[in-house]
Amino acid sequence: MKRFWLWVPVSVFALLAGIFVSQLRHPSGNTIPSHWVGHPMPQFDLPAAASSRPALSFANLADGKPKLLNIFASWCIPCASEAAVLADLKKQGVEVDGIALRDTRSDLDQFLARNGNPYTHIGGDVSSSVAIALGSTGVPESYIIDGKGIVRKQYIGELSPEDVPALVAEIRAAQ
Amino acid sequence: MIAEAGLAALWLAAALAVLQFVLAFFGLVEGGAPELTRAVRPVAVVQAVLVALALALLILCFLNSDMSVKLVYTDSHSAKPFIYKFAGTWGNHEGSMLLWVAILGVAGAAVALFERSLDHATHIATLGAQAVISFGFYAFLLFSSNPFARLDPAPPEGQGLNPLLQDPGLAFHPPTLYIGYVGMSVAFSFAVGALVTRKVDPAFARAMRPWVLGAWIFLTLGITAGSYWAYYVLGWGGWWFWDPVENASLMPWLAATALLHSVTVLATRDGLRAWTVMLAVVAFSMSMVGTFLVRSGILTSVHAFAVDPQRGNFILALLVIYIGGALALFAVRVGSVREGARFDAVSREGALVLNNLLLSTILGIVLIGTLYPLIVEAVTGEKLSVGPPFFNATAGPLALLLVVVMAAGPVMRWRRENGLAVLRRLAVPIAIGVVALVAVLVAAPGLHPLPLLGLVLAIGVGAASLAPLWGRNLRRTPLFTYGMVLAHLGCAVSLAGMACDSAFLKETLVAAKIGETEHVGPFAVKFEGIDPIAGPNWTALEATMTATRLGWSGDPLILSPQARMYSAPATETSQSAIATLWDGHLYLVLGKQQDDGRWQLRMWWKPFVTLIWAGGAMIAMGGALALLGRTWRSLIMARRKDAGA
Repeated sequence: MKRFWLWVPVSVFALLAGIFVSQLRHPSGNTIPSHWVGHPMPQFDLPAAASSRPALSFANLADGKPKLLNIFASWCIPCASEAAVLADLKKQGVEVDGIALRDTRSDLDQFLARNGNPYTHIGGDVSSSVAIALGSTGVPESYIIDGKGIVRKQYIGELSPEDVPALVAEIRAAQ
Repeated sequence: MIAEAGLAALWLAAALAVLQFVLAFFGLVEGGAPELTRAVRPVAVVQAVLVALALALLILCFLNSDMSVKLVYTDSHSAKPFIYKFAGTWGNHEGSMLLWVAILGVAGAAVALFERSLDHATHIATLGAQAVISFGFYAFLLFSSNPFARLDPAPPEGQGLNPLLQDPGLAFHPPTLYIGYVGMSVAFSFAVGALVTRKVDPAFARAMRPWVLGAWIFLTLGITAGSYWAYYVLGWGGWWFWDPVENASLMPWLAATALLHSVTVLATRDGLRAWTVMLAVVAFSMSMVGTFLVRSGILTSVHAFAVDPQRGNFILALLVIYIGGALALFAVRVGSVREGARFDAVSREGALVLNNLLLSTILGIVLIGTLYPLIVEAVTGEKLSVGPPFFNATAGPLALLLVVVMAAGPVMRWRRENGLAVLRRLAVPIAIGVVALVAVLVAAPGLHPLPLLGLVLAIGVGAASLAPLWGRNLRRTPLFTYGMVLAHLGCAVSLAGMACDSAFLKETLVAAKIGETEHVGPFAVKFEGIDPIAGPNWTALEATMTATRLGWSGDPLILSPQARMYSAPATETSQSAIATLWDGHLYLVLGKQQDDGRWQLRMWWKPFVTLIWAGGAMIAMGGALALLGRTWRSLIMARRKDAGA
């Protein structure tokens, strides 16, 4: 009996090591399964936020083409560094729509002039109502939406250049 | 050239680690060549010199801002102040692992040079085990995390260091914590050495104790410094977040604290043999598990390092070999270790066993809480996080029980004790505790039970921790008794700080216009203005606030929290402003400017929060006194022995 107890520590450790191995094999990324994944976007109709781009409503997202919806703001520093990634996605043929959170037209125009404007439509969410309806945790945040307006994936935080190939593949798959 | 020399030194050190193990193995194995063991100690010393040289050369690359070294390019910038170029050497994965192995090598050399009381065979077996650990981590550096890799062509400028790390804390916190982590490897190697030679006895415990004590002092300092750093740099006002990396440093500390107490039972009373060996293995295993969790990226944490699955696999393999190997050796060998001396349940040994059980249970809780999200994800695929509520509700009450045991243990006799006599000896502290309870209940009714109990116990236990000094000739009391008293008093002081912070904290969140006055706790804080300022590699908006204490006539305190923008890499941080007063901290954070022109301000009044870190420093100081006292005594003993011979 005493002998048996002596093997308990090493067995517990073996179990732990097994869990570590399984975790290393299936690394968890920063994609968080949102409750919206598989569901249609909430109905919304936002006014135009910037001078140079039209407004954004649910109908624009469900127009038959998959797209990336990016929630951003001119006051958000990571959003500025994310702009290059979005520009790259647009160059590869991805349609990017934006929701500007709690922003003003003049700030946003300046932000777009400085960092580039990859967006087709930009809706202004002054009261955060759409962000709240989506359960968004903050800016920046991005969603892949298929042609019917159904959420396929949610990315929390800044998109990095390494994410681009996966994002492009994801959007193609959402056709 | 410097980088290549560093790499060469690292390769040579790795080769010497192999040699050190081979010499120890063939020197000790039956039918081997015992004369080989004579070379083990010099090899250990040269290995340490080489790895220290490699670290020095990497530091030189950072100081020179040599952007052709990839690590300097990714983590440094020529405009960075000198201290951060220096400390930035270990502000990244590769550099911090090099610091890790350098400390490992130097610790091994220290054992080779200064360990005198251990028998020859166990000493050599210990150095052999240390060489195996070193070799694994050298291989890790050389094959998957080369800090000296070059870039061709060299970029003109570096990417800079994470602004949160550009703080004097970086120069102090990682090295002390690593000395603690890696110092535990010495205890681990001692345990393996003793299992190999089957000599687990009081002499072994006396030899191991100063090394455990030394590592534990640094671990305590490192955790205390890290807690204070997070407190002022993150601007969240908290001092402990139960973040996986914090837990990774707490777990070895818990194991080391348990080991420190069980090794005393083994040294003094020849009890708890197998258990002490087990704890020595667990303490360093926890250090390695912590390193693995942080570096493999399988847990998300504020301490994220550049994540690479290959590195995770490599450390996991090392973990399996070392921890699995040591635990298997334990299972096979410890059965043949003779059982130690027996003792009554009510005795100093009994109290120390209870201390060990409580510490181990807390360790188990922290380990489960840290790994539970991983286990759930592995089984169900769901993501969740275990937050402070779990840890506070489970570990909190056990920690309070632990301080009660801590108060009683030192006044108990070895082997057999009368419970009533202990109560009599503790009558004064118990009375003080009761008075404190009544006073707190009257002065601050409606406190939560945990902070209330914490505060009362801190006062009672603080008084009880002085009990071992009562009625003694203070000039003849050994230094290590003073050390114990100071460390236990430190625990009480720290507990008092934690209880006060959670019981009496005042928080105000406002959007204020310039010229307005807001209130937090006993302070009226006036928002005087905002000015742009610039530092060496940042610009900032600095608010000027003047704080006046209600009912206090005197000059107002001036605080200047900042919102900083770093240029390389482009990041915003908020620099909190903290006024340290004798009875606590006034803590101000400047947030964003709102559309209506008001500024978001967070203000905290944290009474006696400073006691948390003061207590931590006292614990470490107590450890240092004990180490000094023990070393002094063994030096005198050795001299007497020489004189007698």
